This record gives sequence, C-alpha cells and structure tokens, in this order.
Amino acid sequence: MFTILEKRDLADKICEYVFEAPLVAKKARPGQFVILRLDEEGERIPITLADTDPKTGRIKIVVQAIGTTTNRLHCFEKGGAIADIIGPLGTPTHLDGFKKAVCVGGGVGIACIHPIAKELKAMGVQVTSIIGSRCKDLVFFEDEMRAASHELIVTTDDGSYGRKGLVTGPLAELLQGADKADVVFSVGPVIMMREVAKATKPYEVKTYVSLNPIMVDGTGMCGACRVSVGGVTKFGCVDGPDFDGHQVDFDLLMKRLAMFKEMEQQSLGLWQKEGCKCHK
Amino acid sequence: MPQINFKRVPTSERDPKERARNFEEVNLGYTAEQAIEEAKRCLQCKNRPCVAGCPVEVYIPEFIKLISEGDFKGAIAKNKEKNNLPGICGRVCPQESQCEAKCTLGVKGDPVSIGKLERFVADQEIKDGVKAPEAPVKNGLKVAVVGAGPSSLTCAADLARMGYEVTIFEALHKPGGVLSYGIPPFRLPRNIIETEVNYVKNLGVQIKMDVLIGKSTTIKELFDGGYKAVFIGSGAGLPSFLNIPGENSNGVFSANEYLTRVNLMKAYKFPNFDTPVWLGKRVAVVGCGNVAMDSVRTALRLGAEKAMIVYRRTSNEMTARVEEYHHAQEEGVEFNWLTNPLEILADEKGRVTGMKCVKMRLCEPDASGRCRPEPIPGSEFTVELDTVIIALGTSPNPLIAQTTPELKTAKHGNLIVDDKYQTTMPGVFGGGDAVTGSATVIQAMGAGKIAARSIDEYIKAK
Ligand SMILES: Cc1cc2nc3c(=O)[nH]c(=O)nc-3n(C[C@H](O)[C@H](O)[C@H](O)COP(=O)(O)OP(=O)(O)OC[C@H]3O[C@@H](n4cnc5c(N)ncnc54)[C@H](O)[C@@H]3O)c2cc1C
Ligand SMILES: Cc1cc2nc3c(=O)[nH]c(=O)nc-3n(C[C@H](O)[C@H](O)[C@H](O)COP(=O)(O)OP(=O)(O)OC[C@H]3O[C@@H](n4cnc5c(N)ncnc54)[C@H](O)[C@@H]3O)c2cc1C
Ligand code: SF4
Ligand code: FES
Repeated sequence: MFTILEKRDLADKICEYVFEAPLVAKKARPGQFVILRLDEEGERIPITLADTDPKTGRIKIVVQAIGTTTNRLHCFEKGGAIADIIGPLGTPTHLDGFKKAVCVGGGVGIACIHPIAKELKAMGVQVTSIIGSRCKDLVFFEDEMRAASHELIVTTDDGSYGRKGLVTGPLAELLQGADKADVVFSVGPVIMMREVAKATKPYEVKTYVSLNPIMVDGTGMCGACRVSVGGVTKFGCVDGPDFDGHQVDFDLLMKRLAMFKEMEQQSLGLWQKEGCKCHK
Repeated sequence: MPQINFKRVPTSERDPKERARNFEEVNLGYTAEQAIEEAKRCLQCKNRPCVAGCPVEVYIPEFIKLISEGDFKGAIAKNKEKNNLPGICGRVCPQESQCEAKCTLGVKGDPVSIGKLERFVADQEIKDGVKAPEAPVKNGLKVAVVGAGPSSLTCAADLARMGYEVTIFEALHKPGGVLSYGIPPFRLPRNIIETEVNYVKNLGVQIKMDVLIGKSTTIKELFDGGYKAVFIGSGAGLPSFLNIPGENSNGVFSANEYLTRVNLMKAYKFPNFDTPVWLGKRVAVVGCGNVAMDSVRTALRLGAEKAMIVYRRTSNEMTARVEEYHHAQEEGVEFNWLTNPLEILADEKGRVTGMKCVKMRLCEPDASGRCRPEPIPGSEFTVELDTVIIALGTSPNPLIAQTTPELKTAKHGNLIVDDKYQTTMPGVFGGGDAVTGSATVIQAMGAGKIAARSIDEYIKAK
C-alpha cells in the first residue's frame, strides 16, 4: 500500500498528491511516469512524475479528474492509501546537447513539463516555458514553473489570465530570430501537441512530444500503448512516452484514445450514481 | 494378478453450451471414488517410465499408490516433495506429451490419468485445509528472484527449503506470471493460484510486487544490496504482431492485452471492476496455440456470436493441446485452416470492420522436413469482423538485458545460460521462458529447480 502523505487542490478537478515511494524516487528521471492502481477493483493508469526527491523517497503527482479512476482517486484524503504504484516507467526525456529550450505545458501537462524544465535549467540550458490553460481557474504550478524556468509565459484560451490565446502564439515568436530555441518539449492535450509540432516544423526545431496512449501494464508486455512514429509502430510505455513530434501520427493516437469511450462513460455513470465512498 | 484395466475413468465437464458463456472451470475433476478407481489402474511399474517424462520428476507411481489406498494426505505430501504447484500443473501441463505419453498402459490402452489425479489430490488438500509447511531454518544468505511466474516460484521455494532468504521482485501487482495474467479462470481458477503461491510464501519466501527490475532497481544494485545470487525468471512477455496494414485499428489486440484485461484486471466483471475490455461480436484470433485457444474461448464467454481461429497451417501443425482444441470445438469455435491475414480493414473512426485473407497450401516438405505454407494466388477474400486478436507467440522482454550489459542474449532476446542455468554474468541465473522463449509451465518449473541447485552450489563454493 502507498500512503498519501500530502494532498493539495491545485485547480478545478486537479489535485496534487505526495506519496512515499523510495524506489521510484531514487531512480526517476524527467519524463518518466508511474502506473497506479487504487484497489482490487481498480484499473492501472499511467501518471507522470511531477517531482521526485531521492533523499526523502517522496514522489509528487498531479492528477486531473476525467473518468472513473481519476475521480475515485480524488475521494482519497491525506492518510489514505492506494494499492499500487510502480515505476519509474518509460524512457527518460532526452535532455543532452541543447542550449536554448522552450518547454510547453498545457492543462494537466503543466505538471508533466515541470521536471523537464527544472532539470534543463539545472543543466545550464536557457529555459523559456509556456503554460496554457482554458481559463484562470485552471492555471496551476505558476510558482513552480517560474522557479524552473528563466522566463515564463502564461496563456489562457479566454484571456482571463496571462496572454489570451493558445500556447502556439508565444511559441511562434520564440522560434524566430538568430538566437531561436534549438529544442521544444511539449506535454499536454493531443491537439495541443499536434499544433505545437505543426508550429515548429517550418523552423526545423527538434520537437519532443510526450504521448499519452492507453496503457495496461506499462512494461512492454501488452501493446495497448501502440503508437505510430515515422510509419513505424512503437510501444508508448517503453519506447516513449517522448517521441519526435514531427513524425507522430496524432490522428491514430486520438482514435485509439477513444477506443473504450462508451464503456468509460458507463463506468463513470455508475460511479456518479453510487457517489464517492470516501477512503480515509 | 488383478485384471489390467485399459479404460480410463473419465472426468465430467460442464455442458459446452452453458460453460461457453461463463468463466467457471470447464473440467470438474474426479470425485474421491473416481480417483481411487483410476489410481488402481496404475501398474506400479518398477522402471517408472512416467517419471522420466516429467521435467520435475514427480514421484508418480508413489503418489498414485497412496491415492489408491485412500491416503490423500499422504499422496499430496508425496507429490509436493517434488512439485510445489500441483493444483496448477494438474490442470495446465500437457501430460499427454509428457508423463502420460510414457505410461506403460498407453501402449495398449489409455495411459493413467496422471494429471487429473495430481489435480485431485491438490484440490482435496484445499478442501481439507492446506497444511502450512514448516518454515525451514534460515542460513542468513539472501537470494533475489526476478518475476513471480512458475519458474521463479519453483526456484524460490526450493532455495527457501535449503535455508536461503529469498525475495521475489515482481513487476505486476499479482504473483503468478502467465498463470495470473494469461491463463483464464475457466482453465485455472484463481483460488488455486492463490493457495499455491501462499504455500511458497509460507516457506518464508517474500514477494515484493510493483518492482520492475531494470527500471525500479537493477541487477547490479541487488548485489550491492547484499544478495548473493540472482535468478531471472522474467518470462517471454513481448507480444509479436503481424506487421500488416490496419493492425493498429481499434479492436485489434495482442492476446496478452486481451487476456490481461480479462484475467488480471477482471474486465469480465466490468463495470464492477474498472478495467474495460472490447466486447466483440465477430472475433477472429490469429494463430493456433494454447494462447489462441484461450483467447478465442474468452471471446465467446464475453458474448461473441462468432468466434474463429485463423491459422495459416492445419490442425496437424497446430501447437495447442488436443484437450483445449476439443473444448474449443465443442463450444462452437470455427476453425479456418490454411488462411493467412493480409490486411485489417477499419471504418473512419478507426474501428475494425473486417480482415482480408488469402488461402494457403502446404508445399512439399523442405530439407528440414517442415511443410511451408504458401499463398494460393487469386484466393483472397474478406471476412467481416469487429475484433482481431493476435496470438502469434511472444519473446523475452528486452528490459533486463538492456539495463544489464553483462547479460548476453541470443536471437529473439533469449538469455544465454550454461548447463547449470548460469547466465553470462557470474552469480546470475536464468530459467523458464526468459531462456527458452514461450514454452510450458512445467519446463519453466524444471529450470527453476535445477537453477536453485546451481545457486546453492555457486554460493557454497564462494
Ligand atoms: C504516459 C502518460 C502520462 C500521463 N500523465 C498524467 C498526469 O500526470 N496527470 C493526469 O491527470 N493524467 C495523466 N495521464 C492520463 C491519465 O492516465 C488518464 O487521464 C487516466 O488513465 C484516465 O483514467 P480514468 O479512469 O479517470 O478515465 P477514463 O474514463 O477511463 O478515461 C478517460 C480517457 O483517458 C484515457 N485513458 C483511459 N484509460 C487509460 C489508461 N489505462 N491509460 C492511459 N490513458 C487512459 C482515454 O483516452 C480515455 O478516453 C497520462 C497518460 C499517460 C499515457
Ligand atoms: C495464454 C497462455 C496460455 C498458456 N497455456 C499453457 C498451458 O496450458 N500449459 C502450459 O504448460 N503452458 C502454458 N502456457 C505457457 C506458460 O504459461 C509459460 O511457459 C510459463 O508461464 C513460463 O513461466 P516463467 O516463470 O518462465 O514466466 P512467466 O509466467 O511469464 O512469468 C514471468 C514473470 O516475470 C515478471 N517480470 C517480467 N519482467 C520483469 C522485470 N523486469 N522485473 C520484475 N518482474 C518481471 C512478469 O510480470 C511475470 O509475472 C501458456 C501461456 C499463455 C500466455
Ligand atoms: S507408467 Fe503408468 S502404469 Fe506405470 S507407474 Fe507410471 S503411471 Fe503407473
Ligand atoms: S502498456 Fe502494455 S506494452 Fe505498453
């Protein structure tokens, strides 16, 4: 069992959790994730490591409630415990050899881009971060991201906070000029990552996107996480989750993410009807 | 001399129509009377040919004799002297090509039903309450075991009996390996796995879940942590695909994914369990081994109206156990022999609508004696489907080898070991599917057994 040491509301339906998971904390590198399972009835779901501390053995994750598992998790309070956390999984983000990076995080992906920005800055790379949310109420990790970057740009779709519009607006500006960025890292909704990749393509700036296919084991055993990159099938959980954004078949990813839509809705409906059985 | 009885006492099975819609165990096993009657058929051959056919050398005539005398407790104890997982082996081992194939009675009639008798004594013990084994005296030496499949469980149990402090590290959240995630409950009920894993735990073996060796920690770090030797029983979990167009469509699954969702995650109890599984109405399973049989029979149980096997060779070449093939036939599975998939077709949402196939013919045996299937030009056709399950076999997961440069592997990523099951890294042993590629439960257990002996020798020699 893994006990929730801290829980914090970050924004509407977005919570941060701190667990003790020493093996994960010791080994984790930016871009890696864990798979968690709440209890005997639970599904295995992948969640990115938002922060880790090898000294205390603690890990931090940020979760947005969208379906059964994520909503059920939000019913757990500090002191409660979940059945399983396994990790760190996936290939760490490739961070070497860059001078000037742009880190783009959208929605809950802001939490996922955080360890990448933090590590790049620590390595001496010039980091500009762009974080985007739909509206002011959904902006989170502003302080964390400011600390992890040399410059931070906040956007909201409706203009209720920071710059109005999508992350691709400020991104386009950073891709121009003689001292333009030499790499872009992007984590967020699939559509955002697709647009980021489209925006960087004409400038031929290396662009990494972190894909979020449906996973089961997360160890390379099932192939649920198949994605197509440059026409070749890859397993997202072991070959990724980071891939070259200019080669990814985003259309396929979106189709595959919708594979169990009806059953997910049925499951969520049932959960909503039965209500939240609080786990203390 | 008592009369030799050439006819086997049959076991009863659930009705095919009824059972094909639920996950209850198909074979009901022997009653005590039936078991005694069957056990009495055994000739107690002095040369024990059956034992030579058993990879873990179970005391077969001995335990059968005890059954014939009605001493079921004595029989299970005798069996367990060699086999830590009798309830599992009694159900899933291909006895027809192992011990039973060598049985003297088989020359003129039915071989003794050794597997069903083994299962009987294991089940009888569960009914009577399993006696926890006495915890062996510890020698203070630590050994690490990677994976909690049958190979690892066997190695760990034998080492614990010798006094070693054994810790198993398993990536998934449940022990058992393929037994838990692959083989469905209608062939191997979950309480059997639990009971037999508990037996291993009661020998003092610790099982740590949620640890992926190579990611959470490494082989080298295990040695740094005081482990004197490591056994790798990580299986052959990497699924193969066909590499044909349309294979990433929604509704195409590896058998591993499909079976893991159902068996490990209990998706057949959705929505009471959270994990969903694709509920196909017209399902094709590509391949014809045990994994394909399990997949196609699972599809039926999940409500498929049509469930079929697509195989490029014929029933003569299939690798599935005959018993499973018969069960599948009885339950209404359709078999398409000499058929090879060319392309999977999908609609605009990416969902499977059908599969384009070509008919095959077996050409003359080549130098190696095997008939290669070759396509018949112009015989292409399309079958309407909503689900395709790929059961073409698996190879070892490369993760551990990738993160342990000292470990050398052969083609397909199989770990290279010597005759003592030691890998190319001193103190690291390996066995089961990780070494052989996908094989059988009992072969994996046999390897675990020999490796345990080698590990003991290795540590003592240091
Ligand atoms: C590598 C990776 C890292 C991720 N990191 C985070 C993170 O840091 N924070 C966060 O909030 N979310 C993250 N996600 C997404 C998160 O896994 C899904 O939101 C979660 O699985 C939804 O589960 P649910 O039961 O609540 O919703 P459901 O209703 O079951 O699903 C909602 C949608 O989520 C996706 N999904 C469903 N099941 C899975 C699954 N087993 N694996 C992956 N996706 C699934 C599907 O597109 C589905 O339509 C990550 C996903 C991946 C692959
Ligand atoms: C669907 C199906 C049906 C089958 N039916 C039969 C049958 O009827 N009869 C029969 O004899 N055989 C059958 N087999 C084959 C048999 O199950 C295998 O040969 C046997 O399980 C191999 O045992 P193993 O211990 O080598 O590995 P596995 O059973 O594969 O166990 C390996 C374990 O190691 C874990 N692992 C892998 N990598 C790591 C890592 N890096 N760190 C930690 N843990 C790790 C895995 O999660 C797994 O739990 C079947 C196989 C399948 C898939
Ligand atoms: S070979 Fe058959 S008859 Fe002879 S001892 Fe073994 S089980 Fe009994
Ligand atoms: S999630 Fe199973 S292989 Fe990637």
